[in-house]
Amino acid sequence: MNLSKVLIANRGEIALRIIRSLKETGLCAAAIYSEADQSCVHVQMADESYEIGAAAASKSYLSMTRIVDLAKKIKADAIHPGYGFLAENAEFASLCEGAGLVFIGPTPDNMRLAGDKLAARMTVEKLGVPVVPGSDHALLTLEEAKEVARQITYPLMLKASAGGGGRGIRVLSDESVLEEEFASAAAEARAAFGDPTLYLEKLIQRPRHIEVQILGDGQGDAIHLLERNCSVQRRHQKLIEEAPSPALSDSVRKRIHAAALSVAKGIHYRNAGTIEFLVDENDNFYFMELNARIQVEHPVTEMITGVDLVNAQISIASGQGIGVIQHEISQWGHAIECRINAEDPDMEFVPSPGKVEDYWAPGGFGVRFDTHLYPGYEIPIYYDSLLGKLIAWGRTRERALRTMGRALQELSIEPIKTTRPFLYEVIRHKEFIEGTYGLDFVEKMLETRSAEAE
Amino acid sequence: MTSEHSLIPVIAPISGVFYRKPAPEQPAYVEVGQSVKKGQTLCLLETMKVFTKLKAPMDGEVAEIIPEDGSTIGKRETLFRLKI
Repeated sequence: MNLSKVLIANRGEIALRIIRSLKETGLCAAAIYSEADQSCVHVQMADESYEIGAAAASKSYLSMTRIVDLAKKIKADAIHPGYGFLAENAEFASLCEGAGLVFIGPTPDNMRLAGDKLAARMTVEKLGVPVVPGSDHALLTLEEAKEVARQITYPLMLKASAGGGGRGIRVLSDESVLEEEFASAAAEARAAFGDPTLYLEKLIQRPRHIEVQILGDGQGDAIHLLERNCSVQRRHQKLIEEAPSPALSDSVRKRIHAAALSVAKGIHYRNAGTIEFLVDENDNFYFMELNARIQVEHPVTEMITGVDLVNAQISIASGQGIGVIQHEISQWGHAIECRINAEDPDMEFVPSPGKVEDYWAPGGFGVRFDTHLYPGYEIPIYYDSLLGKLIAWGRTRERALRTMGRALQELSIEPIKTTRPFLYEVIRHKEFIEGTYGLDFVEKMLETRSAEAE
Repeated sequence: MTSEHSLIPVIAPISGVFYRKPAPEQPAYVEVGQSVKKGQTLCLLETMKVFTKLKAPMDGEVAEIIPEDGSTIGKRETLFRLKI
C-alpha cells in the first residue's frame, strides 16, 4: 500500500525523529499534541498538527479511540507509535488495522508474544536459541515452584510472565525467600499486570545486556543489524548504549546475531525490533526478551551501519520490503549514546522539570543530538524525563569516547539538573573505558561515590 | 484556640501532580482533623512518571489540605497545614 499521510502518536524527540524520516520519504507528517505540549517543537515541525486532549497521557497520547478517530478524520493512512505510550499495545495495533490504518510496527501477534514473557521464552527455546535455565511452564503453586527451584538450583529470579523491563522481579537466594515471596509476587503481578502467572529463572551473575537489532518483513524474511551493549543501567533504566559491544569475541558475536535472526524469522517478525540477551562472564548467552518496537537507542545502530531504521520501518509498512539485504550490513566505526534526562544525579536522580533558560546543543564531527529542546522550552511534569540522546561516532571506540566527552562538555541546558555530569563521569571511568563493565556497573559506581562522600 | 503561628506548612519539594490517595479506588492517606505521626505519608506527587511519597515532617493534626486531588502543583507550593 502506498502511504501518503502518517499520524505520529507520540511526542518529544521520537516524534521529531519520525517527522524527519517522513519528510525525507516525501510523506505528509501529522502530529498530535496534548494541552501541555502546545509549545513542543514537533507541533511546529510537522506538516499538520492536532490537539488530542488533556495533559495527562491517559487523556491524550494513550487515548486509543481518539487517535484512531482523528487519523480517519484527517485521512491519514498509517500511524507510527514511536516508543512508549501505545507502541507495544496489541489492542491498539488491532484497532488501527480494523479501521483500515497501517500500523507502522509489529503485528498484533508479535506484540502479544513479546508481552507474554513465558510464552516468548518457550517459543524461542523451540527455535533452538538458549534461554536462561528456568521453568518451562507457569508456576501455579508454591509446592510446584519449590520443586522447579530445586532442579534449577539457587540463586534464582522469580518473574511475572506479564512483566518485563525489569519490573516485578524478585531475587531468591534460597528456598526460605521463595516461601516468603511467592504469594505476594503473584498478588503484585495480578495488580500490576492483570496476570498472576509467575516463572523462575536462574540468576545470571554479573551479566552484560546485549541486544540485536532486527528488521523483518512479516513473512518470514528478516535481517539483523548487529548488536548493542546496554549494560550501563540504573534501576533497569538504560543510561548509555553502544554499538558494537566491546569485550565480546567475534565467534560469540556471530552466534548471538544468528540466534536473533532465527527468532525474527521463526516468529515471522514484522518491522523493527530488538532481541535482548544476557551474556555471562564466560560469554554464554541467553535470550531475555523481545522488544516489539523501535527502541530509544536505535541511533547507535544507524551510525555504524548507515541504515536509517525509521525509513526502513516506513518501507516495510508500505509493503516495499526491508529495503536492505543482510549482505549490505557491515560495521563501520563505533557509536555511543548518552541519555540526557531531566534528573538530578546528586539527588538520587529525582526528576527536574522546569524552564530551559540557557541552551547550547553540541555539534561538530561525529556528533548527533536527537532532542526536542530549544531555549525557553518549558519541560512539562507529565511525561518521562528524556530530553535528548547525545550520540557520538568515531572510527574507533576510543575516538568515539573522546568525541562524546567533548560533546558532553559542550552541552548546556541551564538551570535544569540533568544526567550530563554523571554520564561524563561514566565515560571517563576505567571499567567503562576498558569495556568490561556488566549490569552491576552503575550500582557499584554510585556506592563508591557515596562512600567517598562520607 | 490555635494561633496562626502554630500551623506548620508542608510544602512541595518538587512540582508535579498531587494525589491524596495511593490509588483511585482507595481511601485518602489523610483527612482534615486526623492526627499524624512524623514520617507518615500525607500524599503522593507524580513528576515525570516518578511517584514520590510526601511524609509528615513532625507529629501533628491535619488542619488544612490545600490542593484539589489530581491538580498540578508547583515547587514550594504549600500543600498541607499541620497543627502541632
